[in-house]
Amino acid sequence: MIKAFNNSLPDPSRRTFIQSLAGVAALASLPMPAWASGKMGGTLRNGMDEVSGPNVHLHIADGMFHSDNRSGHGIGLNGTIPGPLIRLREGTRANLMIHNMLHEDSSVHWHGLLLPFQYDGVPGLSFPGIKPSGNFTAEFDVRQSGTYWYHSHSGLQEQMGHYGPIIIDPEGKDPVEYDREHVILLSEFTDMHPHKIMKKLKVAEGYFSQQKTATFDDYDMSVEERLMWGRMRMMPTDIADVSAPTYTYMINGHGPADNLELPFESGERVRLRFINGSAMTFFNIRIPGLPMTVVQADGQNVMPTEVDEFQIGIAETYDVIVTPKAGTFALAAESMDRSGMAQATLTSQLGQHAKFPMLRDPPLLSMVDMGHGGMAEGGHDRHGGGGHSGHASMDKEQMDHSQMDHSKMNHGSPKTPMPEMDHSGHDMRAMKMRDTSLLPASVKVGPGIDMVAMNPQDRMGYPGLGLDNVPHRVLNYKMLRALNPDDNHREPDREMELHLTGNMERYMWSFDGKKYSSVSDSPLRFAYDEKVRVKLVNDTMMAHPIHLHGIFFELVNGAGHAQPKKHTVIVQPGSSATFDATFNEPGDWAFHCHLLYHMHAGMMQTVSVAFPDKIDQ
Amino acid sequence: MDHSEVEHGKMDHGKEDAGRANHGDHSGHDMKPKPMTQNPQAQSGPPNAADAIWGADAMRASRKALYNGHGNMSLYWFQGDRLEYRAREGEDGYLWDVQGYYGNDTDKFWFKSEGEGSFGEEIEQAEVQALWSRAIGPFFDLQAGVRQDFHGAERTYLVLGAQGVAPYFLEIDIATFLSNKGDLTARIEGEYDHRLTQKLILQPRAEINLSAQDIPELEIGSVVDSIEAGLRLRYEITPEFAPYIGIEQEWKLGGSRDFAIADGEDPSVTNYVIGLRFWF
Repeated sequence: MIKAFNNSLPDPSRRTFIQSLAGVAALASLPMPAWASGKMGGTLRNGMDEVSGPNVHLHIADGMFHSDNRSGHGIGLNGTIPGPLIRLREGTRANLMIHNMLHEDSSVHWHGLLLPFQYDGVPGLSFPGIKPSGNFTAEFDVRQSGTYWYHSHSGLQEQMGHYGPIIIDPEGKDPVEYDREHVILLSEFTDMHPHKIMKKLKVAEGYFSQQKTATFDDYDMSVEERLMWGRMRMMPTDIADVSAPTYTYMINGHGPADNLELPFESGERVRLRFINGSAMTFFNIRIPGLPMTVVQADGQNVMPTEVDEFQIGIAETYDVIVTPKAGTFALAAESMDRSGMAQATLTSQLGQHAKFPMLRDPPLLSMVDMGHGGMAEGGHDRHGGGGHSGHASMDKEQMDHSQMDHSKMNHGSPKTPMPEMDHSGHDMRAMKMRDTSLLPASVKVGPGIDMVAMNPQDRMGYPGLGLDNVPHRVLNYKMLRALNPDDNHREPDREMELHLTGNMERYMWSFDGKKYSSVSDSPLRFAYDEKVRVKLVNDTMMAHPIHLHGIFFELVNGAGHAQPKKHTVIVQPGSSATFDATFNEPGDWAFHCHLLYHMHAGMMQTVSVAFPDKIDQ
Repeated sequence: MDHSEVEHGKMDHGKEDAGRANHGDHSGHDMKPKPMTQNPQAQSGPPNAADAIWGADAMRASRKALYNGHGNMSLYWFQGDRLEYRAREGEDGYLWDVQGYYGNDTDKFWFKSEGEGSFGEEIEQAEVQALWSRAIGPFFDLQAGVRQDFHGAERTYLVLGAQGVAPYFLEIDIATFLSNKGDLTARIEGEYDHRLTQKLILQPRAEINLSAQDIPELEIGSVVDSIEAGLRLRYEITPEFAPYIGIEQEWKLGGSRDFAIADGEDPSVTNYVIGLRFWF
């Protein structure tokens, strides 16, 4: 049942495959690709090829990669970045064969796929990893459909290009009707080695940002506000740890200058399968002039809902339907900090390129993002949104929030009020940034925690940083409702609370104040089939996309029995997010922040689900 | 390594009968907070599920790498905070002020060196510190170790101090020194980076040297020995490489002032500086 073989054993399937490929190449008088001949240091092409199941070979090899105007060393699969689209069918048995041609260990994690834990692809947790020149086969029954992806779980290889999309076609009729589909895999490329990035993050706060506050900046902040942030030793511009110009943002391996075209014919229903395969970037997705109907989130069908923009966290996927008339449309994926954009043109006439919107002004963090929810929401995001160009021309008087009478503001957001707080005069001196007495005993207080959210709000209805003031419809988690409601109405058996903790200055990230390196023998344990309501409290000023391997959870978003199933949830800064999970997939699973460098810094835990009691079954 | 023989049915999943969930027991289906107690069956999983599939030996190395690779990294850092030429009345001078560390998030070996002098004269001051630096809070490290001076009356000191970031992003370095002659001195340094633009940074800097006693051999008078106040304007070509210009005023006070005057030195010196700040 389990196939594993290393380089000391012959691998007939691979040899046969390469021979046959060599034969094809010879017949066609084409040079055999470097990745197939086992040579390294070749050139990696921009994705995206397609391979169809049930038998799929993936060759992991490094080489030089070019995108936009940037060149650098990358890691590709089957010679491309991203790796090929893997197309599977529900109800079949997948046989995914991985060949590691790197000089270091590697792995492939099938992100969002339900499978026996030993094939989940996390070295040290689910399997021993794949040695150089080694092979590994993941063989499992495909019991789901939708849009997913795969990526390395070894070191920081994902940053270098080791990722690709997966589409699983449903066994029966697809409830989503479409005439054409395009995969939109968002990612970043940089010629800076990921270990270098990690070091700079550790030793120099704000290293990659070119949008920090300064005397000569365009941010509409009062002197008091600037001083307040300084007093707290926090930066209101701390939105993306790594950003452009270090990163080139890509769609399917193509930077903006590559002018990627996605063809359609007028009147077609086009299904766009968005996958955020980036290491560190939240994207805001717009196609100006073309409404998008969201039909799937994280591979799970949802009630169709029409929006004009949505934010996609790292590791999330969204499928949308668009019905464009003839012409060209700009598919703009702007990084959340608005330092750059990934671009592609949807076009009915190849060769014509759309005109892309300008980058909007960068947003700023607010009081709510510090965990002082419900206190000054009116002051939030006074900079972002509306697409104003050039603050020099802005009417400062209208924008001067320092004159605002805060006592008259409606602080009574529909959430918890904070009666004990002193709102008068915006007195932030009274606020404690790090009141560790608010933390449960399960949180280890130490240098790794620089902030405690004083009044974390559930922000399921929040569209994402910088999108709460835009003049059009934006998706939020409350709008997601499962297409097929859960008919198994079960109450959670218990509740638990986990804190997302960090220290921006030291670049330490953890769950409950404990880095993964320090919790090796104490996983989060669950009974088989236990249903648990998990509340994630974000005691940091960054949004964290939290991903659970192997098990879908339901967002507690007020949708009752139509709570949407997801594998990744964004927990907004200084806020909470809650999910219900039924732990019915036994084994050890990774649970982590999908910001690659946060995970590398320790923001990870093992979820250990007990095996079913065979006597009872 | 051929695990194809492994069969799930034969695996020992541990004490699975240790207790079963009593799921159907929730009579009141209200959504009031449930107890955070665990179902005892939750504890019945194997210590490491993958060991049963791939074998504990096969998993060991990768598991170690997994934990080390998620939070246990050590790194080095070296910074030339001030490497500068100092133009002033009389002989122009030079100064270096460097530091670096190797270690992880909480424990580091920290190295510091400072020195200065005038061209054509004997070096005025040169010291090296070797410290253990331990994170004691989110923003501060406690530092303890030794300092060795290499000029004039060579001395060795025990060092106890703290370094970190105070509110308003003030970079603070406080150290007390106990010499092998029993002299107690202290040094307080503060720096602040004020961004004018993303690349142009104005850095006010102050340093106060204190002494608990007169130390005639070192020409130091008690209580406040000296004060330095500087302003440097640097341009970050990259964050790692930033040339600067600036001005720094030094005052010797009290007994130290008297020592200086007796030596024919000016107790108040203005330095016009040009230098380089870098790190890697």
